[in-house]
Amino acid sequence: MFTIFKRELKSYFTQPTAYAVICIFLFMSLFLTFTLGNFIKTGDANLEWSFFFWHPWIFMLLAPALGMRLWSDEQRSGTIELLGTFPTTTWSAILGKYLAATVVWFIALLLTYPMVMAVNTLGNPDNLTILSGYIGSFLICCTFLAITCLISAFTRDQVSCLIISCSICVLLVVIGFDHVVRVLAQTFSEATTDAIVSTAVLDHYQPLLRGAVRIQDLVYFASIIIACLLSTSAILNAKRA
Amino acid sequence: MIEVSNLSKHFGSKTVVNQLSFTVKKGEVLGFLGPNGAGKSTTMRMVTGFISPSSGDASICGVSVVDHPKKAKAHIGYLPESAPLYDDMTVRDFLHFCAAMRGLKGRSGKAAVDSAIETCFLESVAPQSISTLSKGYRHRTCLAQALLHDPDVLILDEPTDGLDPNQKHEVRRLIKRLGESKAILFSTHILEEVDAACTRALIIDQGNIVADGTPAELRQQSGTNSLQDLFRNLTTKETE
Ligand SMILES: Nc1ncnc2c1ncn2[C@@H]1O[C@H](COP(=O)(O)OP(=O)(O)O)[C@@H](O)[C@H]1O
Ligand SMILES: [Mg+2]
Repeated sequence: MFTIFKRELKSYFTQPTAYAVICIFLFMSLFLTFTLGNFIKTGDANLEWSFFFWHPWIFMLLAPALGMRLWSDEQRSGTIELLGTFPTTTWSAILGKYLAATVVWFIALLLTYPMVMAVNTLGNPDNLTILSGYIGSFLICCTFLAITCLISAFTRDQVSCLIISCSICVLLVVIGFDHVVRVLAQTFSEATTDAIVSTAVLDHYQPLLRGAVRIQDLVYFASIIIACLLSTSAILNAKRA
Repeated sequence: MIEVSNLSKHFGSKTVVNQLSFTVKKGEVLGFLGPNGAGKSTTMRMVTGFISPSSGDASICGVSVVDHPKKAKAHIGYLPESAPLYDDMTVRDFLHFCAAMRGLKGRSGKAAVDSAIETCFLESVAPQSISTLSKGYRHRTCLAQALLHDPDVLILDEPTDGLDPNQKHEVRRLIKRLGESKAILFSTHILEEVDAACTRALIIDQGNIVADGTPAELRQQSGTNSLQDLFRNLTTKETE
């Protein structure tokens, strides 16, 4: 597993993918913070609304962009046949590849550290709240990557993988909105609406931004990630059955 | 070394490989002949453990691929049909990666990579990126990958496909030389390769074995002393 992890990580950084994604992420997150987020005026020292608020919006496009090659590329180029005949398991290959992608995002988030230094110089933020915001942000990103990983197992075409994964991530973000909730409430019963809305990522993200690390939110993210990775393994094995 | 028993594969209602049984012993080079779509690649993918058989089993050095895939795969070197490679790596890095996947790290990994590079004449392109290689070098890089761990069993799917005549000749000689100490199964639809490299040959058609013997025996069987005639008589032609 570690060998695959190392190869994947290296391949992200020998190709322009990782650099492009990291640069776009840094640019977008700072741009949104200072424009729409009104960082300066609101004096949001905990970075809750001005900075972290935008992350799901950026991730829902960029996480699939980074993850779309995970399995589509292996299937298109046939290298999956090499991996499949090395003496390892499908599961360790999935884990190795997935972890490498999350590390790229981890680095991207680390590079936003100047924001933390800036608020510490300018004001008096609660650094624990900021840390919990980072945890939430990373979890969202890992969730979106796991979804992309699953979709990429279905198709050998990177572009369809990108489009489908983005759509699913967008869906998971927008079903949390009041507008959408109201429309849902009109068409479905209350219980169904609640069930649908509880799958929205923002519902589980916002408590983390306020510094509340709740077990149910962590379970929510972890279960999506694990379910996606297990399904990836099931799909890849079924394709070889 | 390779023992295949009643191996079958169905895709939906279509039977691609039908109850195939054969063995390849150490020191034998078995040529696997058949027209396109006969089920050669599918058989090899089952023997290497990449896809699972619908029924039947293959055992490699006494280890069943179905029951102990990880252990069986450790004995096999495999060259897939299209010679797939990671385009973003250099030849040497790629081979190091494959060696590490086989558990060869550090000094033993380096020794394995160096000897595979030498065997497959890759010295001149070792530091080059795989995306810039010509087809012949790509094929040889993938072949080198199959030799890294000095496997007892080699399974080569159309190892000479797409090579120029000089390279074909080199690869055949290599197969012949490696065959002295290993069990080799290689597929081809080029009949001259039977004489050039094989100790025995199988002709399959639509998933069934239609002929099996040494090149001399097969020639005799044809009646006209020509493998070409035998092949044409025994296999289904697309135009029929
Ligand atoms: N995954 C698959 N699904 C359906 N049919 C397949 C699949 N793989 C191979 N086939 C079919 O199996 C037949 C044999 O293919 P193959 O083993 O590649 O033949 P060969 O290597 O002898 O040319 C072909 O008709 C091909 O269409
Ligand atoms: Mg084939």
